Amino acid sequence: MIAEIGHYALALALGVSVIQALVPFWGVVRQDRALASVGSSAALTSFGLVALSFLALVASYVRSDFSVANVVANSHSTQPLIFKFTSVWGNHEGSMLLWVLILTLFGALVALSRNSLPPRLRAGALAVQGLVAVAFLAFVLFTSNPFQRLSPAPAEGQDLNPILQDLGLAIHPPLLYIGYVGFSITYAFAVAALIDGRIDAMWARAVRPWTLLAWIFLTLGIAMGSYWAYYELGWGGWWFWDPVENASFMPWLAGTALIHSTVVMEKRDSLKVWTILLAILTFSLSLLGTFIVRSGVLTSVHSFASDPARGVFILLILVFFVGGSLTLFAWRAPLLRQGGLFAPISRESALVVNNVFLATACATVFVGTLYPLVLELLTGAKISVGAPFYNATFVPVMVPLLLILPIGQSLAWKRGDLLGAAQRNAAAFGLALLAALALIAFTQGGPVLAPLGIGLGLFLVLSAVFDLGERIVTRASGWRAVLSRAKGLPRSAWGTAFAHAGVGLSIIGIAAAAWSSEAIAVLKPGERLTSGRYTVVLESVTPRTGPNFRAEVARFQLFFGGRELESIEASKRIYTARGMPTTEAGIRTHGLSQAYVSLGEAQDGGVAVRLYDKPLILLIWIGALVMALGGGLSLTDRRFRLAAPRRAAPVAAQAQPAE
Amino acid sequence: MMLWAILAAMTGAAIFALLWPLSHGRTEGFADVADARSLYRSQLKEIDRDLARNLIGVGEAEAARAEAARRLLRAANDEERPAGETEPSLRRRRASSALMLSVVPLFALLVYGLYGSPDLPDQPLAARLEKAGPHQDFAIILARMEAHLAANPADARGWSLLAPIYLRQGRFDEAAKAFAAAVRYGKPDTDLLAGLGEARILEAGGVVTADARDALAEAVKLDPKNARARYYLAIAKEQDGDGEAAVASLQQLLADAPPEADWTASVRARIEQIQGDAGRKAVAALPEAERQQAIRGMVDGLAARLAEGGGTLPEWTRLIRARSVLGDKPAALAAVKTARERLAQDAAALAAIDALANELALKETAP
Repeated sequence: MIAEIGHYALALALGVSVIQALVPFWGVVRQDRALASVGSSAALTSFGLVALSFLALVASYVRSDFSVANVVANSHSTQPLIFKFTSVWGNHEGSMLLWVLILTLFGALVALSRNSLPPRLRAGALAVQGLVAVAFLAFVLFTSNPFQRLSPAPAEGQDLNPILQDLGLAIHPPLLYIGYVGFSITYAFAVAALIDGRIDAMWARAVRPWTLLAWIFLTLGIAMGSYWAYYELGWGGWWFWDPVENASFMPWLAGTALIHSTVVMEKRDSLKVWTILLAILTFSLSLLGTFIVRSGVLTSVHSFASDPARGVFILLILVFFVGGSLTLFAWRAPLLRQGGLFAPISRESALVVNNVFLATACATVFVGTLYPLVLELLTGAKISVGAPFYNATFVPVMVPLLLILPIGQSLAWKRGDLLGAAQRNAAAFGLALLAALALIAFTQGGPVLAPLGIGLGLFLVLSAVFDLGERIVTRASGWRAVLSRAKGLPRSAWGTAFAHAGVGLSIIGIAAAAWSSEAIAVLKPGERLTSGRYTVVLESVTPRTGPNFRAEVARFQLFFGGRELESIEASKRIYTARGMPTTEAGIRTHGLSQAYVSLGEAQDGGVAVRLYDKPLILLIWIGALVMALGGGLSLTDRRFRLAAPRRAAPVAAQAQPAE
Repeated sequence: MMLWAILAAMTGAAIFALLWPLSHGRTEGFADVADARSLYRSQLKEIDRDLARNLIGVGEAEAARAEAARRLLRAANDEERPAGETEPSLRRRRASSALMLSVVPLFALLVYGLYGSPDLPDQPLAARLEKAGPHQDFAIILARMEAHLAANPADARGWSLLAPIYLRQGRFDEAAKAFAAAVRYGKPDTDLLAGLGEARILEAGGVVTADARDALAEAVKLDPKNARARYYLAIAKEQDGDGEAAVASLQQLLADAPPEADWTASVRARIEQIQGDAGRKAVAALPEAERQQAIRGMVDGLAARLAEGGGTLPEWTRLIRARSVLGDKPAALAAVKTARERLAQDAAALAAIDALANELALKETAP
């Protein structure tokens, strides 16, 4: 009965979403506030129903109810409880239900934020959101129904794909989906504003927290996914420029641009048309990502569903929402009132430059992702576009952007002082350059570009720190004054500094990868293998039995420059239900670096072992966490707090004191 | 019934939640303009405050103030008249209420009616396991045992019960693992070791692997009389090319067999097969006439032994085929007849014999 209640709740949510799409829209058009307020209650109701439905599916999984086809296909009675739980979204149907759940959750949040949103905009956005929900609820119900039943129920399920039986699955998809789907809100706001024809600083203010929220979660989701791939796939790689990864990276790039352009729009009431377009494009890229991953046009870990009917359905959704909103944009955008002009040297101009670079970077990823697909469609030729392409296109776009970032960061609004900004960053630049040169001298004969990359990363971190310091520390003031100035500094300034420093940290981690090393050998117990700074000695290989898998576990002693560290374990698992092997890499974190051991096939008495030395690799993900933290700080800026009287410093606080 | 009551209640609650704002919603128009005005007013105040704290230059502050003021004026111009409770607004409410009352249940029932299975009860694992009794699904007992062992992997007794079941189901790989676990966690047991050997052999497609041989040797060490282990060790000898030693071991095994043993027939068959293989090699070397003679002699020997009584289906099959191939149709027919009498209790065997007779076109000419 639980499964049936869940199924019915989903069907009911479809009906409610239809109302949510129609009635508030009518209210906006007719200026009828009563009708418009139906949007809020419909959004809340629809969230409640989808949540009920999701809980029903969770219950079916946790109780191993094998009369539900989806549970049979993706679960096994011997799975540990946590994986029974995460199996819910470890498959196509369940993950689409999670998608819809998060979509309606965002709708409900918009409905609840009474005081921070103009009611007209809220009603319009909820109507658009309702339309998106209708499309995806229909998709779930008609093509990917997780509540299909089986009778008689089979005795045992087919188990979840072993690669997905990992804590990573508990975290990565929900984070990523919150990011993806969060951009549906900015999309809804943009479309609502286009229909209404009113776009101003109010709009930017209203949209910014949602953009930030989605961006934070997308950042975390991508970082988590990358770390998961790093430790689970056993290749020691953390980014493969795989189309599925790119599918999440493109909305991230566009979203990053959007965060910056909404600032300009809020402060200066300009860049409106571009911002609206970005808001539309960002969500369109999210939809495109969903299409790429879900339609089965490519095969990867993520493509657990390849059903042409689903692909066509998502393509229709994609065409409707992207095409529809762009048509609306082409029709209404020329009617928007343009904002004021910029001085060429000013923070707003710097942000425009940022947007141009980010959009270009996003376009290169877009081409690299779609070109092989289109080519295969037209000629049947299969090519793969990998790191060399992106090194030649993406990197050259990003490097100048990152180099001028600190300058833009210290320019004032309206009219900046380029020379002053350059001077303020000279110290950071000099220090970073010195560090890079020292590294080149120190690691003679090593990779040349890597020290420069580290220098670039350091430049970003240092300039962020110095920028903060300059705002807080003044001459002849005690620590008490510094503290009070630190408190007085708007959170968004802190957020900017953290986010930019985070980018720097990630760059350092990425650049340091040039010094990583790899060694492969067949080891018998007692034999050793050295890679970079680490040496392992194989102690033993023993069988072990897990709840639903068997494993061969290899224990290694780990040495770092003659000193013994805690020993390390790597294993190969066979999941019995599917007879599928997975590798569990052994990873020992040592400072910010990691020693990474993975097992290959057993051969004549020994076992193939790969050992990697990954210097400073943790910085990649720490950087992402710091970026997300920066986003969080910016999100808690006073001016976004619900019902708080507006009290930010739009023009002055970030301008330089007139000395 | 219960389910439909719940579904009806859900529908009612959803519609009620949608209707609520229509009856309690405020009737005035949107207050955006006021919101916008307060935004720009506070922006102006902000500039003044910053100027007072000397955070902005006089010129810039002037410019910023002018900009905010312009926006404020523009917002004020956009002001619209509040709608109020009018005849059209009432009509709109009635229309949208009707829309909700019809659209929501219509969609829900239509979609659920198409895809739902309201008559199917839940069947969680716990409930299925509790449905114990003589008619319990065997797979469920198995699932229960597996679940138990998953939780207590060191339960040697559990493994020793599960292993033979896997073996019988032909899941040799898992059987071998289960036997190995039972051996690892339990006391040394000759039968489990022999089972482990057998599972490994079957897993390897009948080849006695080194692993299997180790397990068998261990079993025989614990109990020199272990028939299963001795049987497979004998097979191992045959595999090594030592047919005579294999036959000798098997004959020794037969000699030691207790009278009630039910496996002697298959051991005998195996001996015969090994000897047959050896004989066939010898026979193949003879000149044509003598070879025919030798074969006929062997077939007659088999017939004579079967005539004494007993005989398994494979033995009878072999005899019938041999007679037929040798062109001795009456003898073949006689063999079919006797076989049918002897194997009368075994329906499957009878069917096999009949199929064979059909295949060889052995039809008794109707009297």
